[in-house]
Amino acid sequence: MRDKLDTFSIKSFRYFALALLLAASLLGIFSNRASAQDPQPPSDDQVNAVAKELYCPVCENIPLDVCPTQACAQWRELIRLKLSQGWSEDQIRSYFAEQYGDRVLAAPPLQGFNWVFYVLLGVFVVIAVVVYIRVVRNLKAKPAAADAATVKPVEQDDYFKRMEEELNRREKSR
Amino acid sequence: MDQSVDHSTKTATAERRSLPAWVVVLAFAALIAFLALIGVGLRRVQAGPIVIGQQVPDFSMTSFDGQTHHLSDFKGKVVVLNFWASWCAPCSQEAAELEEAWRNYQPGGEVIFLGVDYTDTEPEALSYLAKFDITYPNGPDLRTRISQMFRITGVPETYFIDQEGKLAYVKKGPFTSLAEIQAVVDGLLQ
Repeated sequence: MRDKLDTFSIKSFRYFALALLLAASLLGIFSNRASAQDPQPPSDDQVNAVAKELYCPVCENIPLDVCPTQACAQWRELIRLKLSQGWSEDQIRSYFAEQYGDRVLAAPPLQGFNWVFYVLLGVFVVIAVVVYIRVVRNLKAKPAAADAATVKPVEQDDYFKRMEEELNRREKSR
Repeated sequence: MDQSVDHSTKTATAERRSLPAWVVVLAFAALIAFLALIGVGLRRVQAGPIVIGQQVPDFSMTSFDGQTHHLSDFKGKVVVLNFWASWCAPCSQEAAELEEAWRNYQPGGEVIFLGVDYTDTEPEALSYLAKFDITYPNGPDLRTRISQMFRITGVPETYFIDQEGKLAYVKKGPFTSLAEIQAVVDGLLQ
């Protein structure tokens, strides 16, 4: 009898656990559905995070997040709209570049003629590194050469000695 | 004595030739590329705007309703090309006059009005067009290609292109009356 009761309680606990799991799953599904139907609008911080990577197309070098004009306010609202539609930051940046040109981007995209800038930048960096290494090597080599010169005083002494002798000889011959 | 002079010359020459050949070649290539880049930039800057009497290069504009308009399609007609933006307050001062002028000339078929929306957002641009009941073709200046071609200095600016496709008149700033628009267009139609 006791065994039967134990078996029953274990079974009922299993059913209860299963029902709880099912209820939790359903709750999860419905809560997700509810949040999808009523999404939170993008915050100002989210909008500005995208806006600071873009520049005002009609002002001089002013990032969109700090630009005070009405046009910039409209563009920030456009970013908010695109974010609320589920667009990614890259998609928004591409859209702005497509609409207003690459000048609205903080850095030129890696395409077309823009490659020249990146290649030239790399070339200049390589040249700068090579020149730097050579200058450092030369600076290190000079003291070594000076040391080498001081290591052989005998040769120099001998040379000057002969010069002195020659000069003395000429003076005496006068 | 001669030998020592010879030796020092060789050492100096060796020091002078210390940079590898590929570095020198690379440096010169980079320098030439950089100069070429500056040259292209200067050429663009010095190209200047389209001047009166000059043939206007062909361009296309896709209007908000999805239709594509090419300037070359309007050969034989006077084209009134107006640059505007919804955020531009002076643009709204001339919007009604431009629409009225368009409605006057539309039945004749000799004049076409095109509105180029400069660096604007589509929802606001469409609201602006609805507000002033503008019916002539209007579209965004994608990548600001058209405005760069004309080198506009601001909005509003209006360019009048004659029947031969040459720039005939430029109006910087808003029109103050319908008569002002008509005076230019009628002058070109005669």
